[in-house]
Amino acid sequence: MANAEVAHTGGHEEHDTTTGLSHKKLLMWAFLGSDCMFFGSFIATYLVYKNRSQVGPFPEDVFDILTTSTSTFVLLMSSMSMVLAYSALTRGNMKGFRIWLLSTCIMGATFLAFQVFEFNEFVNYHFELDCKNLNVEELTDFEKTFVDRCDGTVDHVSVDAGLTPRTNLFGTTFFTLTGFHGGHVTIGVIWLLSIFFFSLRKGGITPKKHEEIDLAALYWHFVDIVWIIIFTVVYLFGVFPGFD
Amino acid sequence: MAHGPNDEDTHSTVDTGHPTALTYFKVAMILSVITAIEVGVFYLEGLRHGIIPVLVILSGAKFALVAMFYMHLRYDAKLFSALFVGGLVLAFGIGISLLALFQFFV
Repeated sequence: MANAEVAHTGGHEEHDTTTGLSHKKLLMWAFLGSDCMFFGSFIATYLVYKNRSQVGPFPEDVFDILTTSTSTFVLLMSSMSMVLAYSALTRGNMKGFRIWLLSTCIMGATFLAFQVFEFNEFVNYHFELDCKNLNVEELTDFEKTFVDRCDGTVDHVSVDAGLTPRTNLFGTTFFTLTGFHGGHVTIGVIWLLSIFFFSLRKGGITPKKHEEIDLAALYWHFVDIVWIIIFTVVYLFGVFPGFD
Repeated sequence: MAHGPNDEDTHSTVDTGHPTALTYFKVAMILSVITAIEVGVFYLEGLRHGIIPVLVILSGAKFALVAMFYMHLRYDAKLFSALFVGGLVLAFGIGISLLALFQFFV
């Protein structure tokens, strides 16, 4: 291996600390542990208030599972590209590191774009009832409350029913939880972009400074696993009719 | 061409004891398949309440795969795992307590 110096450090590096471990990494894990409680509380609050909203729209009215599945897939793939960036760095492949890191940033930004799109759709949610071909069986509970507007004098009924944090308990808990998660992703994208630009400087990022990247990667994977839970609990359980 | 200290740093490699890129790629494929199964199961009719444990197990598997392989908990010091799992257990306890307090299970 020309021009290469291999530093064998074993499973984890020895540091000159009381634990023999990196205190920066220890602090990051302590932070992630506390962040689990942060998101755990929000998720529990969402579940506590589930089905307690007095007015609609409700999850089954606004959620689009296929769209959210796509954004979930993008975030999962960003975790893969992040870990490949870290792997490339430790192998001394700086070009590969930058390519994978930039891919992670792009996928993170794409996830955020999906979230902005989704929030926008929810805030501007509206639907139409075709009074001439009305099949009440196919309507959601919220849509059924507007059926009496089809009084024989109109062909169709158009309803604007935007969901905001102030609309109902579902809106409040949903936007708070996913908004804070989106905030975490935004911070992650900014962090990774700053690392990317710093790596363009000569000696800015080197394989020997891999721990700095490891910390950012840990944070990034954490926002991914939080989303794994949110996707199941909020979206899939949210739309599933049997989960009351 | 002479190499400065920075060039040497840039081309050096570090053995972190972490998996190879191929392992990471395999994990990503498994995660994708699990997500596809989750969405597929969701559209299956007839599962009714049986869908809840299925989705919990599938998302738990995804969570564990990312934590063990991508976050390197499987390869790093046990103290890191203790800090994270400790927080996770506390979060789970808080969640269950909150749900019980508001009679979610009744």
